[in-house]
Amino acid sequence: MTSHFGLMVVFALFVSTVFATLMRDQPKEQLAFGARLLVGFVGAGVLIGWLLYPLPL
Amino acid sequence: MRATTADRTQPAAIYLICAAAWVVPGLGHLLQGRRQKGLIFLVALTLMFAYGLWLEGRLFPFQISEPLVALAFIADLGIGLPYFIAKSIGVGAGRVVAITYEYGNAFVIVAGLLNMLVVLDAFDIAKGRK
Repeated sequence: MTSHFGLMVVFALFVSTVFATLMRDQPKEQLAFGARLLVGFVGAGVLIGWLLYPLPL
Repeated sequence: MRATTADRTQPAAIYLICAAAWVVPGLGHLLQGRRQKGLIFLVALTLMFAYGLWLEGRLFPFQISEPLVALAFIADLGIGLPYFIAKSIGVGAGRVVAITYEYGNAFVIVAGLLNMLVVLDAFDIAKGRK
């Protein structure tokens, strides 16, 4: 997989997994927190991408 | 209840746990009975590091004349044993022209930095703070 979006999702998945495991103790809480982090990371990435879209390089 | 770990942990053992946590991602947690967390760290961080190398990321050398390269080296080193294994088998040369080069660097560097956080977490557990 070499697409920007795909790699961003994979990266966010790894980081969310580690953060959720670090910050929560119960598996159920880890899953819920990890899912929220993943959505937040990917959502923020897409949002920032669109905000930067009109800017010249 | 968590404080019992600290009650049993001698100061010298705390630093041994931190060293183990650095050498093998997750080992600090496994040694302290946090099996689920330890296994997740072991799998996730090792995979992230390996994936970064597969994306043709580079293992940076220690180059004091280039401060950012030196910082990247320190971050790479954070993953512990996998770094030395990768070096010894000759992967991590990095191919600057590869389309995934920068992504690979991000994966490798962040895997090392996350393992540093995991080491600090293992330290906190050994101290009885968590």
